Amino acid sequence: MPDQLIFAMEVFLNGLMAGVLYALVALGFVLIYKASGIFNYAQGVMALFAAMTLVGIMNGQVPFAHLINATFGTHIHKFGWNVPAFVAIILTMGVMVLLAWAVQRFVMRHLVGQEPIILFMATIGLAYFLEGVADLMWGSEIKTLDVGLPQGINLWIDETTFNIFGYGFFIDNLDLVATVIAALLVTALVAFSQYTKQGRAMRAVADDHQAALSVGISLNFIWIMVWSVAGFVALVAGIMWGTKSGVQFSLSLIALKALPVLMLGGFTSIPGAIVGGLIIGVGEKLFEFAIGPLVGGATENWFAYVLALIFLVFRPQGLFGEKIIERV
Amino acid sequence: MFYREAGDFKTSYTDDSQTFPIKFDRYRYYVVLAVAFGIIPFVINDYWANALLLPFLIYAIAAIGLNILVGYCGQVSLGTGGFMAVGAYACYKLMTSFPDVSMFIHVILAGGITAIVGVLFGLPSLRIKGFYLAVATLAAQFFLVWLFNRVPWFYNYSASGQINAPERDVFGIIITGPNAPAWATYIFCLIFLAVSALIARNLTRGTTGRTWMAIRDMDIAAEIIGVNPLKAKMSAFAVSSFFIGIAGALFFAVYLGAVEVGEVFGIQKSFLVLFMIIIGGLGSIFGSFAGAAFLVLLPVVLKVVGVDVLGWPTDIVAHLQLVIVGALIIMFLILEPHGLAQLWRVAKEKLRLWPFPH
Repeated sequence: MPDQLIFAMEVFLNGLMAGVLYALVALGFVLIYKASGIFNYAQGVMALFAAMTLVGIMNGQVPFAHLINATFGTHIHKFGWNVPAFVAIILTMGVMVLLAWAVQRFVMRHLVGQEPIILFMATIGLAYFLEGVADLMWGSEIKTLDVGLPQGINLWIDETTFNIFGYGFFIDNLDLVATVIAALLVTALVAFSQYTKQGRAMRAVADDHQAALSVGISLNFIWIMVWSVAGFVALVAGIMWGTKSGVQFSLSLIALKALPVLMLGGFTSIPGAIVGGLIIGVGEKLFEFAIGPLVGGATENWFAYVLALIFLVFRPQGLFGEKIIERV
Repeated sequence: MFYREAGDFKTSYTDDSQTFPIKFDRYRYYVVLAVAFGIIPFVINDYWANALLLPFLIYAIAAIGLNILVGYCGQVSLGTGGFMAVGAYACYKLMTSFPDVSMFIHVILAGGITAIVGVLFGLPSLRIKGFYLAVATLAAQFFLVWLFNRVPWFYNYSASGQINAPERDVFGIIITGPNAPAWATYIFCLIFLAVSALIARNLTRGTTGRTWMAIRDMDIAAEIIGVNPLKAKMSAFAVSSFFIGIAGALFFAVYLGAVEVGEVFGIQKSFLVLFMIIIGGLGSIFGSFAGAAFLVLLPVVLKVVGVDVLGWPTDIVAHLQLVIVGALIIMFLILEPHGLAQLWRVAKEKLRLWPFPH
């Protein structure tokens, strides 16, 4: 087999893995959008916030330490204990639920019935707010996150492919774990929305707010729940990305990566988020591999968007989205 | 008491349809113009020009441009940074290729080039709507920034990848480069802002503006009553990008002088200008001014209060600024979706009745 083809295969596999991670972020968007019609731009910042909180709790950092020190002239930084990863994850989840409640109570409740675009802009404001709070709480320096996930090259794949092609593929263990977790998460979410009472209520709310209200479903509760689930997805995405590339500001930019995934897959479809993520992941890696060197590289920044843009012109609702029907 | 329509009789149609029909408004407008052109240039110094006045003037132009697209035509765009970059790089290429031509012409041409690019990226708006479009305009943002970063022709093959504004003059007065006097750069930007505001105000009052607003309020209904969506949307994209391009050109050539595209015209800039028009007021020219002034002033005030008075480290103030801006956006969307402009309108209504509330 020619070398180029083997390299392309490796790129393809890595693209699939990256695509899974994109899909993981995109899932959070789809959940909130389906249940409340809100396009939550803050999803990426929520992942950043979750990852920072997790690191902060694990290291026993004092929240708002910088601010307290600057105001009162003290020098506190740490409580002096380390929390095990498992407990820290549960605590962080608690924080995310609290956040979901706060968002619902102080922001979204006041914006019910507004145009979608106003809600979208409100979530941009929320993204800024959360980013500032996260930085104030935990400090803005780059942190490493290690919750015990395996990392580094997968030797088994390396050896097997070396025996077959005479060239060992580089596949990161973390990406494999992420793929498994993403698959589990999707299955769990689908099962949740199909077979549990709360899941059914969630779908009812998504279908029609008023009808759901009239059969006795609490909109408030459902929305808090949806934002909590989105917070959970953000936490998982934050752990994956945080382990991969460190917990830092750029983590919030994965939201920008997830947007074209959503456009491609359709805002309302969970399978769409997965397929869209895979297409974008593979597409941008292959494009960078094949065309990138000819035009100066770093095409990953825009390829996904341009692909989604061209695609949308032909199919405005995305691959799996519901058909858009408009009436006067 | 002093803000009244009573007794201000109009005797011709021209009088009746002028921009500021109330006498007090008109005089206030003349006074503002007189102060801006006649007094400030004589008292201005470098600090005031660079910290407040120039950014305010330039962002106000960009905000007017974006407000035409988002506030009047209802097409949300997150590509402002990219379009400003087009203006800046077009201006740079023109300045270096034709050194003898007046800066006025360069800046206007840069606006024209941006308008063409804007129409190109606006074409999908005919098929895509709402936030699908908002996300699609991000394609413009990322692609344009990448383009200016990676294609050496745009930055004249300079080693640093930056563009630097060479020294150019208008009628013998230096406008760009480090030796430009503060008052000259100020007047230069002010002229552009005044003319932009005048054009925008009159466009939005006339047929064009009404077709834009019809498209914004409901595009299908507008199409049925005979508004051509192609013409309306494309003209909105063209006019909006024209102003944004001018703002980008001025931002680079007059204000900063040297630009690294990813840093200056990144996505943060798009959001900043969007925030300006949300806080200022969607669909209002005055709102563009108010929003630009507010968001230019806010960091300066925060810095003075936080760093100089309270003695906090700069990074905490920077983070606080994010929190405050985010909270303000949410507050404005909840409490006053029409922004500062609406507060101004309410204040004027109150003034008309004052001192008798009914």
